[in-house]
Amino acid sequence: MSAQKYLRAIAVPLIAVIVFLGFWEWLVWVNGWPKFKMAAPSDLPPAYQRHWGLFLSMGWQTLWRTVVGLLLAVIFGTLLGMIMGFSRTMRDALYPLLVGFNAIPKATVVPIVALMFVGQHDFNTVLLAFMISFFPIAVSVSIGLSTLEPEYRDILRSLGASQATIFWKIALPKTLPEFFGALKVAVTLAFIGTNLMEIVSPHGRGLGALFDSGRTNSDFPLMFAVLIALAFLGIVLYYIVVALEKFFAGWAERAPS
Amino acid sequence: MPPAALAFHIGDGMKNLIEIKGVKHAYKTDDGPLPVLDGLEITVPEGGFVAVVGPSGCGKSTLTRLIAGLMKPDAGEVWLHGERVKGPRSTVGMAFQNPVLLEWRTILKNVLLPLEIVPTKLSKAQADERARFLLALVGLEGFEDKRPSELSGGMRQRASLCRALIHQPDVLILDEPFGALDAFTREDLWQTMHRVKEREPFTGVLITHDLRESIFLADQVVVLSGRPARTQYVLDVPSKGPRTLDDLYTQDAVDQLAILRHQIQIAQGRAAPEDAPQDASA
Repeated sequence: MSAQKYLRAIAVPLIAVIVFLGFWEWLVWVNGWPKFKMAAPSDLPPAYQRHWGLFLSMGWQTLWRTVVGLLLAVIFGTLLGMIMGFSRTMRDALYPLLVGFNAIPKATVVPIVALMFVGQHDFNTVLLAFMISFFPIAVSVSIGLSTLEPEYRDILRSLGASQATIFWKIALPKTLPEFFGALKVAVTLAFIGTNLMEIVSPHGRGLGALFDSGRTNSDFPLMFAVLIALAFLGIVLYYIVVALEKFFAGWAERAPS
Repeated sequence: MPPAALAFHIGDGMKNLIEIKGVKHAYKTDDGPLPVLDGLEITVPEGGFVAVVGPSGCGKSTLTRLIAGLMKPDAGEVWLHGERVKGPRSTVGMAFQNPVLLEWRTILKNVLLPLEIVPTKLSKAQADERARFLLALVGLEGFEDKRPSELSGGMRQRASLCRALIHQPDVLILDEPFGALDAFTREDLWQTMHRVKEREPFTGVLITHDLRESIFLADQVVVLSGRPARTQYVLDVPSKGPRTLDDLYTQDAVDQLAILRHQIQIAQGRAAPEDAPQDASA
């Protein structure tokens, strides 16, 4: 029974991927698309082989700037969320500003940031990853804190506990499931932010820049190889967050009944 | 402090553990102040158990927050143990309709929560032992390491009761703790309450909507008038040893319920005070 379950968990998704790659290969073959128009899956391994060193160094660039941007977003977003969660006045004051800021498509912010801090590519990229990803974290933390049922507070407050104790013992852990839900969204967003900046800013680095150089040369195998590398990194980051969630907020998952 | 004053305070406090004297309170709303309590008088002797009943929205929960020191009344005084209540104090245990257990802790760790706040003389092992004893007392033996999400509503309420008792509070405040349970579970918990009170004596205030619950558990039932609430009627429930559910079907109980029902109707403004409550029992 358990062996069958294992097979299902691995074999079914694997077959789906193989079918997808087969269909893609067939589509390119049947249309007779040349390499400067479209790449087939069989073109990818040679592309990785040729640029392997670049993929490693550029992939690292993208990864660390995304992670740093995300960490800043977590710190700033949590602080902002706490301020808005605990103070009604601050919530009323900050909410419209935040919503307005979030409504601006970040692609339009890229050239502004690139011009303002021209030449500081690392800083620009981290800044954009941060700007695009702190919003969901701030909102989720503030909602988590402001919707805490008063009885939870009263249980500790009636014993004379301080606000800080109530925060550490109840408010913070109770907000963790919402926080991790937002972090899953934020990690993907931060990744988008990093790539936007890498692609747009001149003389950039990272996988986005590698993609851009593939584009200028009409090197479709390279461009697709970058896309898949990006997908791979995104999946890795996402599952790191999932693992953290399991560890810190696993209690929120109900046992199947 | 002069000895005379000290003696007066101790003597006063031993007689009546909870004293609520002329308490008035109003909430601020956009349409001006909304008075909820107006001249409330309640006294609970040490070891006594008072049930407070009244129409919904009459300020019963405000009363619990006043006793717990979570808010201050606009006028009047709340005294616990001969000391005026000015803020929260660790000698109070609370349980609400919502059991508010912390989902990320085991049942045992939930019960131990107050001891992380209140200074205690118990060692870690002694505290554990006490928590296990209380859990066994309410019939939760074997559930110590379960999570709240694995328990039924009635079981969670039992755990919440243990948490309210772990630090041996002088006063137990119960704000409709059985209100959301089905009838059978509720009657089960009533009997558990009597068992608990026998082993872990406390002075209790119970807010409830259930008149049968009030006469089964309390030795005094206070009926509040409609908003703004004042003490409208006090019914003594004479106790003849341990109670059983059968006691609810005796003539005494029927008479008491008739009186209380009539008082509630007066509080709701649906009956006149001069309709004799004694006749209702006939």
